[in-house]
Amino acid sequence: MGEVLVVTSGKGGVGKTTTTANLGTGFALMGKKVVLVDADIGLRNLDVVMGLENRIVYDLVDVTEGNCRLKQALIRDKRYETLYLLPAAQTRDKNAVNPDQMRQLCYNLAQDFDYVIIDCPAGIEQGFRNAIAGADRAIIVTTPEVSAVRDADRIIGLLEAEGKHNPKLIVNRIRPHMVKKGDMMDIDDIIEILAVDLLGVIPEDEYIVISTNRGEPAIINAASQASTAYKNIVKRLMGENVPLMSLDVESGFMTRLKRFLGFKEG
Amino acid sequence: MLDLIQKFFSKESSGSKDIAKERLRLVLVHDRVNVSPQLMEVLKGDMIRVISNYMEINEKEMEVNLTSTPSSVALVANIPVNRMKRGAMPVEYP
Repeated sequence: MGEVLVVTSGKGGVGKTTTTANLGTGFALMGKKVVLVDADIGLRNLDVVMGLENRIVYDLVDVTEGNCRLKQALIRDKRYETLYLLPAAQTRDKNAVNPDQMRQLCYNLAQDFDYVIIDCPAGIEQGFRNAIAGADRAIIVTTPEVSAVRDADRIIGLLEAEGKHNPKLIVNRIRPHMVKKGDMMDIDDIIEILAVDLLGVIPEDEYIVISTNRGEPAIINAASQASTAYKNIVKRLMGENVPLMSLDVESGFMTRLKRFLGFKEG
Repeated sequence: MLDLIQKFFSKESSGSKDIAKERLRLVLVHDRVNVSPQLMEVLKGDMIRVISNYMEINEKEMEVNLTSTPSSVALVANIPVNRMKRGAMPVEYP
C-alpha cells in the first residue's frame, strides 16, 4: 500500500504544479513507482509541465465515469519508466468528480504505486475538497508573500477541519539577497506565523522557467539550485534526515569589497 | 566603520519584511476569528467548569463572544454571578 500526498496552497501561482512534477520525478529518480494525479479539472497543466501533453487519450473523469479502465488513462513518463501521470479532464469542471470517487481512486492507485501525488487546484471549493479527500498527508506550498502565507494559513485550518493533521510546508521562491536585506520574510518568520513543520525551501531559480518551457522537471538538471532543494525534499519525505541547504548570497558589492579588504562574512 | 558605510549606501527601503509580518499577524488574527460554533461551546463549557469552583453563575445568561476592531481581537465574556461560594479556597499548585 503506497502513500497518497496532496500538494496544495490556497493561492494560485505559488508553484503547486511545479512542485508536484519535481517531487514525482524525484521519487522516480530514487527508484520508486509513482503516479501524479492532476486534480485541476478544467485547467489542467501538469501534463505540459511534464511534457506529456501529446500523449493524453483518457483522463481522470473518464476513469471515475467508467469510460475506461484506470490503467488505460495512466500515461507513462518519457524519461522514467516508474513515473506515471493521470491527467485531468480539460472540458469538464470540478463538479464532475466528488470526494468519494477521489477517495476510491486514490485507494486503487495506492495498491500499485509507492507514491500517489495529487496536484490540487487553487481555491478552497469543490476542487480542493476533491483533491484532499483521499490524501494521507498534505504538503503546503507557499511563497514569502503576505497573500500566499495568508492563504496557506486558511488551507491549514481547512485541512485540520477535514481531519488532515500535521501538514508539511514548502517555502518556494525564496530570494536570499532580499531576505538578507530584510525585504523578504525569512523561513523562521513564516514558520512562526503558520506553526507547521518545514519540509523544505526552494530558492528562486530561473532554470524553473527554462525547464517548464522544455517540459522537463528542473530536478533532472543537477546543476540547478532548485534541483538540489527538491531532491532534499524527496529524501525527507522518504524519512531521511537532510539538513536545509545553505542559501548564502555571495554576489553583493559590499560582500566582495569586504572580502577584498579581508573581512570575513558572518 | 564598514557597517556605517554600508548603511549609508544601502537603500532606505530595507526592513519591509517587518511591515509584512505585522500586517500578516493582524490579518490572520481576523481570519482565525472565524472559529466554529462547536469550538466556542467547548470553550464555554471549560470556562463554566473553572469558574464554578469559585462562584455560582447563571449559565443561561452567560455570553462569550469574540469581538474584533481593526487593530485587535478580544474574547469578551459576560457571566452573571448568582452568588459566591463560601469557603472557595485558592487552588494550590505544587
